[in-house]
Amino acid sequence: MKSLPLNRRKLITRALGFGAIGLLPGCDFDHPNHPDLTDRVLSAMSRWNDEAQATLFDRHTLAPTFPASAITRPARFNAFYDISQAPQVNPGTWQLALTGRIANKTPLTLADLRAMKQESQITRFVCVEGWRVVGQWSGVPLAHVLKAINADTQARYILFHCADGYFTSIDMASAMQPQTIFALDFNGGPLTAPFGAPMRLRIPTKLGYKNPKSIVAMEVTNRFPGGYWENQGYNWFGGS
Amino acid sequence: MNPQNPPRVIHPWPLRVMHWLNAFAIIVLIGSGWEIYDAAPFLPFSFPQWMTIGQWLGGAIAWHLAAIWLLVINGLSYLTWGLLSGHFRRKFLPLTPRMVIQDMTQALRLHLPHETGVYNAVQRLLYFGVIFLGILVVLSGLAVWKPVQLWFLSDLFGGFFISRVVHFVAMTGIALFLAVHLILVALVPKVLPPMITGGRLPENTTPTTTMAE
Repeated sequence: MKSLPLNRRKLITRALGFGAIGLLPGCDFDHPNHPDLTDRVLSAMSRWNDEAQATLFDRHTLAPTFPASAITRPARFNAFYDISQAPQVNPGTWQLALTGRIANKTPLTLADLRAMKQESQITRFVCVEGWRVVGQWSGVPLAHVLKAINADTQARYILFHCADGYFTSIDMASAMQPQTIFALDFNGGPLTAPFGAPMRLRIPTKLGYKNPKSIVAMEVTNRFPGGYWENQGYNWFGGS
Repeated sequence: MNPQNPPRVIHPWPLRVMHWLNAFAIIVLIGSGWEIYDAAPFLPFSFPQWMTIGQWLGGAIAWHLAAIWLLVINGLSYLTWGLLSGHFRRKFLPLTPRMVIQDMTQALRLHLPHETGVYNAVQRLLYFGVIFLGILVVLSGLAVWKPVQLWFLSDLFGGFFISRVVHFVAMTGIALFLAVHLILVALVPKVLPPMITGGRLPENTTPTTTMAE
């Protein structure tokens, strides 16, 4: 067995040579209208990951719940705009427009939602960026709302439009999970504008961007509806 | 050619294919992982943009969750092949603390024992270590990806945040392995071509290496 006497200078120059490996061709994945081959492959893999997550999803698996002492204070605001830009919705005139595969399309008012059975949860909100907060949300289970308006729960998707122009959509299985609620209250009081007044979706089995705020319209559909971030490259299922 | 004594390659073809697929997957996963980390750093530093892959969080996640399928399928193939072919037994064993101390002393004196086709004890230990880190990084990554559906993995690591930390620490270990690995290849560049062509073992090898792959 031979030993190799080493030259330290050679070591450093050769190590620098390997640094060039780091210069992989860049892929920004941010031109959904002009996808190159890499974008197409990554999009296909993202759709594949949607399927994998749908398979992994079990509507009987509950997101962990926490004691009141774990609630994050002050609550953390997050949106694609500054907190001062949060939409101001008049709760007195607010209505939830209903379209698509729904038998009773009469718009829902806050009074309608308040009159339905209420559920409260202290759950963890996980952002796609990696941070998480704990909060208390109360409101009506979405499964209950869907039943009340006679929606087609065999349909594939539910699309939500928001007062700020944001939109996102979820799969029906996740919509029927018991912790998926139309939240009206947050941390003990009615929702405030930055946190989605007067009504937001709270779905602790999905990442933050699947929890739309200040919802003004809901559509039940079989046509893939995409979403604000999803159309720019975020994974659609966004499961947790 | 004597069929009892076929040409003995240093690296059989399945190993070479898996090695380069793994290299590609690991570089993509580490580069995109650094971009994902930068979206919410939990240590007082961020990775510079030029070192990351994906350019923005959505792009990085797309790369990360695409490359993970390659890493996992390739990694499972490697573990299966390594166990069934006897590769692990022949190349990584035996391994004793005494052997490690002996070879480590030599390596630190920059007198690396190197015999073509044979891993020294430090290499063997490092390969065991990096395989362990590979399993750890995948399990902790699953715990970060699905803390609700895979709650048992999340609980195993001690919750969402600790899963993130474990994932980061395991990545760091793999990155350090990679740095040592590349420095050693730079020092002994003749080991690189056989990982592409397969290479040929020298005729007069010691009995431990005469078992053809």
